Amino acid sequence: MTEVLRITGLAKSFGALKATDDVSLTLNAGEIHALIGPNGAGKSTLIGQIAGWIVPDAGTITLEGADITGLSVAARAKAGLGRTFQVSTLAMDRTARQNVRIAAQARAGSSFRFWGQVAQDQGLRDAVDQVLGDVQMLDQADTPIAELSHGARRRVEVACALALEPKLLLLDEPMAGLGQDGTQEMTALLARLKSRIPILLVEHDMDAVFALAGRISVLVNGAVIASGPPDVIRTDPAVRTAYLGED
Amino acid sequence: MRGREGWINGALAAALLIVPLALHLAGEVYYVNLASRVVIVALAAVGLNLALGYGGMVSFGHAAFFGIGGYVAGISAHHAILGTSFLGLSTTTEMPLIWLISVLLAGVVALAIGAISLRTKGVYFIMITLAFAQMLYYFAISFPAYGGEDGLPIYVRNTFPGLNTFDPITFYGICVVALFACLFLTARIMGSRFGAALDMAHLSETRLATAGIAPFNIRLTAFVISAMMTALAGALFADLNGFVSPSMMSWHRSGEIMVIVILGGVGRLWGPVAGAIAFVLLETFLGGLTERWGLFLGLILLGTVLFARGGIMGLIAGKARHD
Amino acid sequence: MPLSLIIEQALNGLQLGVTLFLMASGLTLVFGVMGLINLAHGSLYMVGAFVTAWVSASVGSFWIGLGAGIMAAAAVGALVEVAVIRRLYARDHLDQVLATFALILIFSEGTRWLFGSQPLWLDVPDLLSGAVTLPGGSPYPVFRLAIIAMGALVALGLYLMISRTRLGMRIRAGEADREMIGALGVDIATLYTLVFALGAALAGLAGAMVGALQSVQVGMGEPVLILAFVVIVIGGIGSVKGALIGAILVGVTDTMGRILLPSAFGLFMDASSATAVGSALASMLIYLLMALVLALKPQGLFPVHARA
Repeated sequence: MTEVLRITGLAKSFGALKATDDVSLTLNAGEIHALIGPNGAGKSTLIGQIAGWIVPDAGTITLEGADITGLSVAARAKAGLGRTFQVSTLAMDRTARQNVRIAAQARAGSSFRFWGQVAQDQGLRDAVDQVLGDVQMLDQADTPIAELSHGARRRVEVACALALEPKLLLLDEPMAGLGQDGTQEMTALLARLKSRIPILLVEHDMDAVFALAGRISVLVNGAVIASGPPDVIRTDPAVRTAYLGED
Repeated sequence: MRGREGWINGALAAALLIVPLALHLAGEVYYVNLASRVVIVALAAVGLNLALGYGGMVSFGHAAFFGIGGYVAGISAHHAILGTSFLGLSTTTEMPLIWLISVLLAGVVALAIGAISLRTKGVYFIMITLAFAQMLYYFAISFPAYGGEDGLPIYVRNTFPGLNTFDPITFYGICVVALFACLFLTARIMGSRFGAALDMAHLSETRLATAGIAPFNIRLTAFVISAMMTALAGALFADLNGFVSPSMMSWHRSGEIMVIVILGGVGRLWGPVAGAIAFVLLETFLGGLTERWGLFLGLILLGTVLFARGGIMGLIAGKARHD
Repeated sequence: MPLSLIIEQALNGLQLGVTLFLMASGLTLVFGVMGLINLAHGSLYMVGAFVTAWVSASVGSFWIGLGAGIMAAAAVGALVEVAVIRRLYARDHLDQVLATFALILIFSEGTRWLFGSQPLWLDVPDLLSGAVTLPGGSPYPVFRLAIIAMGALVALGLYLMISRTRLGMRIRAGEADREMIGALGVDIATLYTLVFALGAALAGLAGAMVGALQSVQVGMGEPVLILAFVVIVIGGIGSVKGALIGAILVGVTDTMGRILLPSAFGLFMDASSATAVGSALASMLIYLLMALVLALKPQGLFPVHARA
């Protein structure tokens, strides 16, 4: 199996609080690796370090063998890390197409081009249409984000990440606030995508996690307390104690 | 051009072409020069609009670049007329060369100011750009070689190959071509990949970085281009007045350029033109009617900010469209 | 260079620093608590100076004039807060800058209308009109020393108020979390008006004191305002402690630079170009200081919290 992402011995403290405590995990081609844990377990801090917003105290992150630990957010994106956010970062009064196009143009080369008009760039248009089609948003491509439903916005976020043609997707609670139908659509979308692009999925919706993930890692108090296939995690006594609140 | 805004832009362009020509034919030299002033001030604001309106960078120091353009024109003419040299270099009275130097010098200064200021955000950025402009202002005041506080006269207007720049309508023509060129350039830039990135740097920095484009580089580049346009306006302004002084760099001037952008409509291509027309006409006619015109300008500005946030273009053309 | 000159200039620097602190503390409090950038703070300084000069001249007492000046600045501050400023708290900084820029125009023209274009003169009170002899033998005006002492008192008073009183507690709560003080049942509107009036009173005090050193005229607040911006950028916006340290730093750097740089350049240049280059550079010195601080600490020396 090809290893796409490897995190080794990652650590981050805020004062006395160990937000990330010696975390190591991997993501392989063709899989969804889910990261679960109760609120305050340190998922956001971990994602922040993988995406480059937070500088870790120790540890390394490699992407297809290349060390990306010291790279900026933008450089990591260029290296092949596509991500979505828990809270939408789309530009609200721009259309879905305009939001996705930024990612497509970053993928297509330098943005320091001042003359050619993006609206007439057929290559960009095709790339944007392609990923909007992937997330079934083509019919609302020219609608401002502010007028889209919550579920549609989530799919545009995924399209933005896809437009980077990333080596992996880092999805931060893509189901949050979606409702039943939306969750089902998103689950189906991720299932379709995983063979193309491996996904590191942080999610609270346990049904979705157990339906999608090939491996699950459980994060508690900043540390990975268990990691393995869903069946193993479901029955792991440590997980049941720490996470599901049973004893 | 689309919809009502397109019509307004067309009307503004037509007015800039026709009205001064009519004034010229009627022999109204004063008003032709006033039109030049409108166009130059509009050009300075078109420059600021790229940083402030499109890029969301509230620069309170653009007078520095305006002044740099002015001083390049003034110092160059000063030496050329006296037959002396500047640091061993002979200088020129050719406008195209003066513009080139103005624009390049302002670009270098903007690169330095921007590289420091853009490390910060929000209110810090406002105050720091203001402070850097003030630094250049005090430098101009306390450096006696070029007039210090009293300023530097340009005894003979700089020249342009093949044109008589003394002729008010010819000089106006030069100014209006410069304005149209910068408007066209702004439109091209905002439709380009760079423009799309700048727009996103303004609206959602996170999204831009997540797409793999470093927002800092985009902002800094836009800040430099913006400063260059304002410097070109400064060089023309010096020639219009036959005079440069530190007041071209004062923070009141920075405020004025900003007010023009806001009055016209932030982030609208022709907003600065509408704002400049309104501002200069108010200044001239209210200033003629009452000594207290500052009071009325203040009230109008306060009213615009509190009650008409889209400025003139917003009032007439409605909400801006982005497609 | 004689020692007495250096001591004299150091004291002048300290006195400038104290004046800047009076301005900067108000600015930084208003920004820290309400998130507002107020360009019209210099106008309140001007109001303080004008009312002090006018009342002093009419009544014949500096002290009554000073009290009137401070109260007038506070009252005008409260009035402006209620009429205009409170509509701006929810707006972005651009709107705040423009609206308060408009207020400057209105204040300047309004003052010219009320008091005329001629500068007013304010005499130093008899009690403080003497001079002391500095080590080295040169005389130094008591009034400038009084300004320094008063600034120290105000700094102490502000410290005690913010750390010990109920109003101070609310100010600190407001800086930490604006929604929270609402939840605590504090009347936010009144708190904001009070904080703004307090800042205005300090600005008015600064204006009155400086008015006795220089002439009282329209536009006198603007150079001080911009220096005060440099101060709070260096100190960290929202931090009163940062304002104090930044103000002293800026005041002393500026004053000492003006005297030391020209003589420093005189060591390897002829006298007239040394004066020209030295004084030009000296006028840029505090801005270079600001650039240096920002290059090292973009949030200033005492960052309060990340609020853009």
